[in-house]
Amino acid sequence: MNDHLIGQLVDLLGKDSVLCTPEDLAVYSYDGTFVEGYPDAVVLPTTTEQISEVIKLAAETHTPIVPRGMGSGLAAGSVPAINGGVVVSLTRMNHILEIDTDNSVIHTEAGVVTADLQGEVEKLGLFYPPDPSSIRHSTVGGNIACNAGGPRCLKYGVTGDYVLGLTVVLADGRILKTGGKPIKDVTGYDMNALFTGSEGTLGLITEALLRLIAKPRYARTALAEFASLDDAARTVNSILKAGIVPASLELMDQTAIICIEESLHLGLNLNVEASLIIETDGADEQTVRRDIENAVRICQVSSAQSVKMAKDEAERANLWKARRSMSPSLARKAPNKLGEDITVPRSAIPEVIQRLRSISTKYGLPIVIFGHAGDGNLHPNILFDKREPGQWQKVEQMVAEIFEASLAVGGTLSGEHGVGMLKRPYLERALGLVSIDVQRHIKQALDPLNILNPGKIFSV
Amino acid sequence: MDTITSLETPAETTYLNCIRCGLCLSVCPTYREHLNETASPRGRVALARKGLEGQLELSSNLFEQMYSCFTCMACNDICPVGIRPAELTLSMRYVQEQKHPANWKKALFEGILPHPERLEAATLPLRLYELMGIRRLIYALGIMHRMPKQIRDMEAMLPRLPKRPLRRVLPEITDARNETRYRVGFFLGCAQSLLFAEESAATVRVLSRNGCTVITPKEVECCGMPARGYGRLDLVRTQAKHNISVFERYQVDVIVTDCATCGSTLKEYGTYLKDDPAWAERSAAFSGRVRDVSEFLAEIPLEKPKGKIQARITYHDPCHLRRAQQVWKQPRELMKLIDGIELVELPESDWCCGSAGSQLVTHYDTSLQVLNRKLSNIQSTQAQLVASGCPGCQMQLNTGIRRRGLNLRVVHPVTLLDEAYEASNE
Repeated sequence: MNDHLIGQLVDLLGKDSVLCTPEDLAVYSYDGTFVEGYPDAVVLPTTTEQISEVIKLAAETHTPIVPRGMGSGLAAGSVPAINGGVVVSLTRMNHILEIDTDNSVIHTEAGVVTADLQGEVEKLGLFYPPDPSSIRHSTVGGNIACNAGGPRCLKYGVTGDYVLGLTVVLADGRILKTGGKPIKDVTGYDMNALFTGSEGTLGLITEALLRLIAKPRYARTALAEFASLDDAARTVNSILKAGIVPASLELMDQTAIICIEESLHLGLNLNVEASLIIETDGADEQTVRRDIENAVRICQVSSAQSVKMAKDEAERANLWKARRSMSPSLARKAPNKLGEDITVPRSAIPEVIQRLRSISTKYGLPIVIFGHAGDGNLHPNILFDKREPGQWQKVEQMVAEIFEASLAVGGTLSGEHGVGMLKRPYLERALGLVSIDVQRHIKQALDPLNILNPGKIFSV
Repeated sequence: MDTITSLETPAETTYLNCIRCGLCLSVCPTYREHLNETASPRGRVALARKGLEGQLELSSNLFEQMYSCFTCMACNDICPVGIRPAELTLSMRYVQEQKHPANWKKALFEGILPHPERLEAATLPLRLYELMGIRRLIYALGIMHRMPKQIRDMEAMLPRLPKRPLRRVLPEITDARNETRYRVGFFLGCAQSLLFAEESAATVRVLSRNGCTVITPKEVECCGMPARGYGRLDLVRTQAKHNISVFERYQVDVIVTDCATCGSTLKEYGTYLKDDPAWAERSAAFSGRVRDVSEFLAEIPLEKPKGKIQARITYHDPCHLRRAQQVWKQPRELMKLIDGIELVELPESDWCCGSAGSQLVTHYDTSLQVLNRKLSNIQSTQAQLVASGCPGCQMQLNTGIRRRGLNLRVVHPVTLLDEAYEASNE
């Protein structure tokens, strides 16, 4: 990229908001994966208008734009796919613009940290349910761009279910406003749904109107430990079939439990093959208690080795801290990990777990399994060392087989991480040619120059 | 690119398994102010790794990112993998000093800081400034208001300065008021002796009142933290050896300090010298005996103070106490012993205050932003007193209080205990 463009960016945003030293570019070359790609410059705008101007410049010069929040993504969605271009970091657009308690709607800028947003609305007795494990280190804009999920999605739905309206900067710099405060809106195509989960390939989300609900007043959490992973997987179905809708129903296998214990020292039992974390919540204390007690009973008849209920808020917080640290704590076992997020119909969980285990045996590399079992969303994590000759090739083959396993039982590639660069090679197999073709046409219509996050989801 | 193989560099294990999850960004004071990855723990780990592995030049800008870290250690604590980014930035500073030693650091950290007399002589102007009434005059004439902001803020850090350094006043042996139950070695830190003399005098009184014969060796040197912060681990090791030898000459049960920073460094001597066969055992034995004063007082039976202090108090956790030493319950318990005190928990009590030793001097803007967050939290408690057992934090808080014109007193928790004891004497 030429110095002229950098000069123009500086004129537009000021010196402090344009980064281009080798050190700056190096730290904006990665996200939560091991993939790297260097940008030519990084900009940290503070307004939608600034972003619009930046994109107009990019359109004139055909410069790739890579949008980025806090860079916690697990699909390399915010890593420059081809070296070069401008990373647009939205972290400084971090203001909550309005909390409308009458309509239970929050108007926020995209760079607000999701946990901060939740904290603010909860002060007012309101609740924003989506809770990706990266809740403290991801932005609400990134969550929308990837349609993030989380443990609570079983009962409450994913990020997209809360999007009422968006402010989006388009590939030509125009500013589009979608939706609004009304919760029902069928005026024209569902533009919110189009941009939610589009991973920055159709436009840059700079503001959002999000639906809020009343904060559940009670929550009860239990930890059930199983001698057999299959028993644990089957129990998930028994609980849901009994008509209980837990807020979360999380599964973790033995390696996952060991990693958590090494990291947090919570006193977890290491001699079990799997554990389930079950949480019920709601406005009525008795219902919440009855539901958790029923779930506990089902675990017991499903041959759980032990079932413990969190005694107080501190114990409950500890369980969730454990669950949230799950993914990163795996790095205690190996320098690299590749975490997938296949999602299968929940009846197929036991079978897909069997298949994952045989893939692990076949290639001789550990696959740790945990995830949001209640909605069929599993995180098989392959542990490896990229420096070992031949391991990366093995990992690539394993990934392909993991996706095959998911598709074979009627599942999908990604429940919540998105496609980014990492799942791109498998997209056609998952979606079929017709779907890919339609999606390419949408991309073509909105970004004819292919400057918005090029190289992500599919090649154009 | 010149070779770094002959240098003492951080082991591969200190960065290799960072999976870049980004959790550390959520607790990093510099990231949360700049909202820029370059100022984040994950960014610093990536830069250190790329620099050490030869993918990036070990440039002055790369090292500057190591210095932009406030080493508050919040990232060390939260990392689920066990990476210690703050530690890594300190080790990288040492790499830089081995490559390009800075002369001014040699002069300051080798020439002055380890020599109590020279340090006392060098700081004499400060004491004269207070004692001769210049300080009062400058304020009375409104001169301070016309000073550049940063000078004003740095001046505001200074507490009321003692007439003489405490090292010259405190007897080597202070007997227990009643029966001697413990022989306590007191490590009198530089800042305590030169700036917060009253606090350490109070510490010794409180110890003596509670069955301790207190031995204060006068020939101790700086604990080494300033040299550590500026990348001179070699000097820290020299200072450590000196201080260990000094205390070995006395028969003491424990070594107590009332400075969070000194305490955290003294407890690390064992780590700094673990690969030195002649010192590994001695340094481990020394570090094992070190206690923060609040930690030690919590271990022994304490006389309940009869005096009352009627005040709403909040407590700021010094990073060097809460994270470096896991001491956070004890100072709170100590203050609760005193009748009349209403202790209000400070929101984000363990968030760095922005002092980090000298960041107000070297990284003025960031330091002030971090301080502002702290002050707003303090104001939300409506406390009249804020307690914190660290001279660095106390100075930083003083600056903030002066800036905002607040009616707030900063105290060491042990000072309060001493006041409650003294009140019951009257």
